[in-house]
Amino acid sequence: MNRLKIALRTPWFWAIVGIALLLTINTLKDPGYLALSVNPTTGLLTGNLLDILRISAPIIMIALGMTFVIATGGIDLSVGSMMAVGGAVAMETLSSLDGAAPVGAMLTAIGLALALAIVLGAINGFLVSVIGLQPFITTLIMMLAARGIARVITGGQNTNATNEPFRLLANGQIFGLPTSFVLAIAIVVLVALVMRRTALGLMIESIGINPHASRLAGIRPRPILFGVYVLAAALAAVGGLFSVSEVMTVSVGGTGNLMELDAILAVVIGGTSLAGGKFSIVGSTVGALLIATLNKTVLFLGIPAAATPAFKAVVIIVLVLLQSERVRSWVLGRKRTPRTPTGDPGGPTRPAAEQGTPVSKEAVA
Amino acid sequence: MSSSRTLADAVPPVPDLPESRGARRLAGLWERNQTLVPTLAALVLLFGMLIYAEIAYGRVFHAGTMSSLLISFAPTIILAVGMTIVIVSGGIDLSVGAVVAFSSVAGVMVMNIGVDGWASMALMILSGATFGALAGVMVQYFNVQPFIATLAMMFLARGLASILSTTPVQAPEGSPIHLLATDWKILDGPRVNDFTVTPGLIIAVLVVLGGMFYLHRSRSGRTVYAIGGNESSAALMGLPVARTRVGIYIISGALAGLAAIVYTAEVGGKAQNVTGIGWELDAIAAVVIGGTLLTGGYGYILGSVVGVFVIAAMRLIITKDGTINPEYLTIITGGVLLVFVLLQRALTRRRAS
Repeated sequence: MNRLKIALRTPWFWAIVGIALLLTINTLKDPGYLALSVNPTTGLLTGNLLDILRISAPIIMIALGMTFVIATGGIDLSVGSMMAVGGAVAMETLSSLDGAAPVGAMLTAIGLALALAIVLGAINGFLVSVIGLQPFITTLIMMLAARGIARVITGGQNTNATNEPFRLLANGQIFGLPTSFVLAIAIVVLVALVMRRTALGLMIESIGINPHASRLAGIRPRPILFGVYVLAAALAAVGGLFSVSEVMTVSVGGTGNLMELDAILAVVIGGTSLAGGKFSIVGSTVGALLIATLNKTVLFLGIPAAATPAFKAVVIIVLVLLQSERVRSWVLGRKRTPRTPTGDPGGPTRPAAEQGTPVSKEAVA
Repeated sequence: MSSSRTLADAVPPVPDLPESRGARRLAGLWERNQTLVPTLAALVLLFGMLIYAEIAYGRVFHAGTMSSLLISFAPTIILAVGMTIVIVSGGIDLSVGAVVAFSSVAGVMVMNIGVDGWASMALMILSGATFGALAGVMVQYFNVQPFIATLAMMFLARGLASILSTTPVQAPEGSPIHLLATDWKILDGPRVNDFTVTPGLIIAVLVVLGGMFYLHRSRSGRTVYAIGGNESSAALMGLPVARTRVGIYIISGALAGLAAIVYTAEVGGKAQNVTGIGWELDAIAAVVIGGTLLTGGYGYILGSVVGVFVIAAMRLIITKDGTINPEYLTIITGGVLLVFVLLQRALTRRRAS
């Protein structure tokens, strides 16, 4: 009984309920929806569930990066464009290295894609942590510029390439699961170990909860803030690699288009508050799986793909409303704490002192 | 700054520095008008670009070119006015582009059903205002961050527009919306060098004047500045913060609906669900270039109009030049926006210290 109570309180428990609900709806429409079969030509397992896992890999990546950015009280709106940059670099590299050894070409492509994304992420991180710009405007500019950079890299074309090992990232399988999904989970485990087995995760949460107190406690916000934006960009580029590997084509307008809300949504479903603070890596991953299921369900029910944003918007509106004080006090029937102006988690209106940016000169510790 | 001034007044003037008083007055002037620097920079940039374009390609200071540029940027001007009001209050509205798409598709479809054209246009403005009202309620009563609330509205509007139609819809012949794109010749120049205006452009000018009256001459406008400056102080002064803030987002949404009408008229009554992608960024860029602080509490409408002209001049140069790859357009816009944001940051930091 007690365990059930705890389960009902964890946000991602509801995400699992949501996934089950969506799968039930699909099974009602087509009783064979959950069936897996072996494709006679390739000898690989096929099925709707595996499709969901495959398309979830990029979303898991951007959601993971977004988790830490949001935990510091920031936001990264440029992840979708970063996916396009990663995909564009990889495809251009592969198409120019067409005659080379395939594995070497693949590694070069992945290396270059990550390098460029890390540079762009470092620009984001520098502007937020050193100059002290608001995260949302910084990353909004980057969203615009990175999409342009992706266009410049491919010359405005949708570049395609052939490279068997790279194609197998999304289309291959390990133990019957899509390779990209297995890799994504491996990256999640790796990052989770780094965050939870060292003090890094704690410092990120601390900065998100109270940057000023963290600084007084001896946590230096700059390198950490800088780091989360670089990490988010690198992970988004990996997501872009997974996403272009499916079709071996990068679409400069389409790859990663409108994916930033997917990432934010996955993080919020996972129980990380947009005001910053405590984060849940498992929660964000489950949230990403829920979004992948939702994407597939909308397509399966025959609703045009362009309409999916509306469903996601409704979900995110409900979730942020549930996170707000007012609704919580209605639901829990508690007395509302009077709204103090200082505790207002206002977005862009936050004073600089609350943005985790050192305002005074002695901050450069 | 004020403390140093009182100190300076307390100390008797030093006789061997006759220019100290003048210097102090200059310093005071500089102190008061520092916030004008970004706008002045924008004006210098604008005229520099226009003069460069005239020398390099010619036919820029040319009534035909000017009027077509003004007409094509009329929707952006309307959006920038709404965005200025929102940003001065310390918020942001990312949903305007998607709201334009929804309003135009919905409005044209309603016209096709056979509803009266003027009533459909009223509905377009109303649908925009509804999105704004939803965002405003989320921001004010549920403490949602403005960019998250309006990002959600952006996806909602874009998704609903796609549910309505993923193919372009065309307004019926003889619908009054076509009247808004009639060319009125103001100056009849030689050959095609006429200065023409359209009712759509007149609407944009009226919106600018209305926005200036609202923001700079009305009590609500003063409340908008107060909210952006310090929300809790505004509330403690007894200003109607809640009502005004919801109103701000309603105004922004309604203006997006109006921009949808003007734009749809301009393109001959064709509406698509992919209209307006990236328009919110143009509007935000125009507002920032025009000298409105993103942190709220400072800015003015005319500056944003200058900002729209800067963006328009940039586009003009890039299209006239032909050697600049159009792929670079968004990078250049982003770069210019970044420069102005950094300029703002430097100025506010100087003032704070």
